[in-house]
Amino acid sequence: MKQNRDTLLAPYLALDLTNEKGLLCGKILCDLGAEVIKVERPGGDPSRAIGPYYKDMPHPEKSLFWFAFNAGKKSITLDIEKSDGKAIFLRLVKMADFIIESLPPGYMDQMGLGYSRIKEINGRVILTSISPFGQDGPYKSYKDCDLVIWALGGMLFLCGDAGRSPVRISFPQSYLHAGAAAAAATLVAHYQRIIVGQGQHVDVSTQQCVEWATAEIVQIWDMNKRKASRTGQFRLRPTTGAKLREIWPCKDGFICFRVMGGKAGAGFMNPLVEWMDKENMCTDYLRDRNWEDLDLGRVTQEEYDLAEEPIGQFFLTRTKAELYEEATKRRIQLFPVSTSEDVSCDPQLEARAFWIELEHEELGEKIKYPGPFAKFSKTDCGPKRRAPLIGEHNQEIYMKRLEIPEKELIVLKEAGII
Amino acid sequence: MGELVFEGLHVVEFAWLAAGPFMDSFLAHYGATVIKIESSKRTDTLRTTPPFQENKPGIDRSGWFAKYNQNRYGITLNIMHPKSRGIVEKLIQWGDIVTESFAPGIMEKAGWSYDEISKIKPDIIMISASSQGQTGPRSRMPSYGMHLTSLAGFVHLTNWPDCDPAMVYGAYTDFIAPYFGIAALLAAMDYRHRTGEGQYIDLSQYECALQFLAPVLLDYEINNRIQQRAGNTDPYAAPHGVFRCHGEDEWCAIAVFTDEQWKSFCEVLSRPELTEDPKFLNLMSRKENEDELDRLVEEWTRKLGSEEVMGRMQNAGVPAGVVRDNEGVFLDPQLNHRRHFHKVNHPEMGIHTVEALPFKLSDNPYQLKRSSPCLGQDNFHVYTEILGIPGEEFVQLSEEGVFD
Repeated sequence: MKQNRDTLLAPYLALDLTNEKGLLCGKILCDLGAEVIKVERPGGDPSRAIGPYYKDMPHPEKSLFWFAFNAGKKSITLDIEKSDGKAIFLRLVKMADFIIESLPPGYMDQMGLGYSRIKEINGRVILTSISPFGQDGPYKSYKDCDLVIWALGGMLFLCGDAGRSPVRISFPQSYLHAGAAAAAATLVAHYQRIIVGQGQHVDVSTQQCVEWATAEIVQIWDMNKRKASRTGQFRLRPTTGAKLREIWPCKDGFICFRVMGGKAGAGFMNPLVEWMDKENMCTDYLRDRNWEDLDLGRVTQEEYDLAEEPIGQFFLTRTKAELYEEATKRRIQLFPVSTSEDVSCDPQLEARAFWIELEHEELGEKIKYPGPFAKFSKTDCGPKRRAPLIGEHNQEIYMKRLEIPEKELIVLKEAGII
Repeated sequence: MGELVFEGLHVVEFAWLAAGPFMDSFLAHYGATVIKIESSKRTDTLRTTPPFQENKPGIDRSGWFAKYNQNRYGITLNIMHPKSRGIVEKLIQWGDIVTESFAPGIMEKAGWSYDEISKIKPDIIMISASSQGQTGPRSRMPSYGMHLTSLAGFVHLTNWPDCDPAMVYGAYTDFIAPYFGIAALLAAMDYRHRTGEGQYIDLSQYECALQFLAPVLLDYEINNRIQQRAGNTDPYAAPHGVFRCHGEDEWCAIAVFTDEQWKSFCEVLSRPELTEDPKFLNLMSRKENEDELDRLVEEWTRKLGSEEVMGRMQNAGVPAGVVRDNEGVFLDPQLNHRRHFHKVNHPEMGIHTVEALPFKLSDNPYQLKRSSPCLGQDNFHVYTEILGIPGEEFVQLSEEGVFD
């Protein structure tokens, strides 16, 4: 592919002290070309213990979670809680442009590595702190996990079937929102640094990030004093109480489709009706209905059901791939409820060369990874190598960059500092 | 202290719906001048999407639109009108950044592809935030967030193993892509600062969303495993779920990962004997008997309010959180302490609430200084003051329908 192109953030160095609550931030900076050094505690970062694993072999250097969110980074081991480790860390701080951490609020201060200390060493550095609830406030010391923040941020209540308990997305999402927001926030601070030459402290709240994913629910309460609810496969129209289906079963799974009116709706309802007609599965109602006049805010459940019933029957006769293929040709807004297998085989991603292969020489194979999140006309984006092994870059960073003599390095290793 | 990071930066926004304007809000809230271009024939769909202030529908009354369009100048322009060409040229000359989130092909059809735009201003940075990217067989397929949420694989992973997949509320992918988009834009701005060169960014919201499922995708590539819906369970914790509390649709999430948390948890329930019970002795046994354990937890939570459950668990160091509904989110003490919500005053809607950005910079606060624009509200100011079109010409062009 594109070789030897410029990378965007090539001049900058980031120290990544995060765990699973912030790994994505450094991954994004790394994809954008920054040099990102993951600082792991001796023995390896705790997030290496998150499965699943390569060929289901639990091992700190085979975690797929680790692979995914550390691809492209370098790794050094360093115990920053010990005074010798701290001293080495502060030497790295001098060279760094970004430091990212996701320790409990106040913990960096306790270690003597809070922003005030960091600033003394390097006034240009940007310290980005990712925490569950932010650095201040009544919940700042609350114990958290994905489910708890998803609950307090408002997303959990909104998903699942009516009448059953709220349910989360099975793959934890909260900290990914925070990690991605943190990368954006860090670069806002970076832009300011370009102008004034000073770094600052960026404080990202995971709960606030999750709240941003709840669409308009706060406005629904603020403006209409109405509770938003979870409605499973449906969308509820508050004006009529009608339940409009969004997830439909088909022959081999599910698809996503919404009956719509207006100009936009008619643009794909008419081709759907034509298609069903061609397959002899149309009804008089569907054929005679003027879709442009359909107002979903007013349509009754009874009338809506006249559309849903035959459309649902039609979808059941075809697979999601067949439906998606033909819908694309006819420009009908119908999309599959994809599994990871469907995503892996999606011709759209193939055509855009989305996937990339990274060499895992330690495993003797190349692995297919999700590729860049954006395509730039002049510069590269995306990971250039697999995630690092534990302390893989100790030599490079400690001996070449910091010029620590080999003898000293051995002592530090024996003392459990690196 | 206190100056706005992007003061003096000019953004030409052709973006609509949620993802594009959310991305641009990072620039707008930190002081960039953002001109939002709409057509009065085809307004931003969010303008006609509820909720409306006081439940009265109106083009300038949508809370959805307000949330994503603070700090903008709003103008109307018919970019298909032949005389709009010179005006878009002026906008581009004024701009540092152009953002758009139309279906691929629309900007080209209007004559405003990146190639055309960069002829007018070579160092411009332009970002197109589309559903599936500018290229490929499905690039021109229009879609909404709910479609991409299904396509990317989130819906398949939402619900209990014995249930059909459930929709993820809202337009989930619309709230993922903007973070990647703004990071991409800011990195491109750093690059321009160093090299003097602008560029074009093709952002696929689908490809951004897949970053949030990367380990699930690797699990398929490497282990051939198709991950399935798992409800609220977690392989490393039990109990781990939401439990019904006293009151209607009241729930509290509770998670116990470590032996220490398990001990504290049993103390909160006044059931210390559970720590000795072979069925619940360690994580493996608790996972094995998770259903029984969940019933036992719910027997206790049902008698208490969700706040009470959260408070008692948190006091004992056990992760727990009330499952907040939208009223609960609005009143949440932590979010309010963080000033997550702001009251803004709008000429048509009056005082209403919008969210602030989810982070703070120690030296440069953001500002909410202009409420969301009414349709075409800033036409006169933008066209005559900012772009310098003489008053007479402005009137003439208005009459010809260029500003429709």
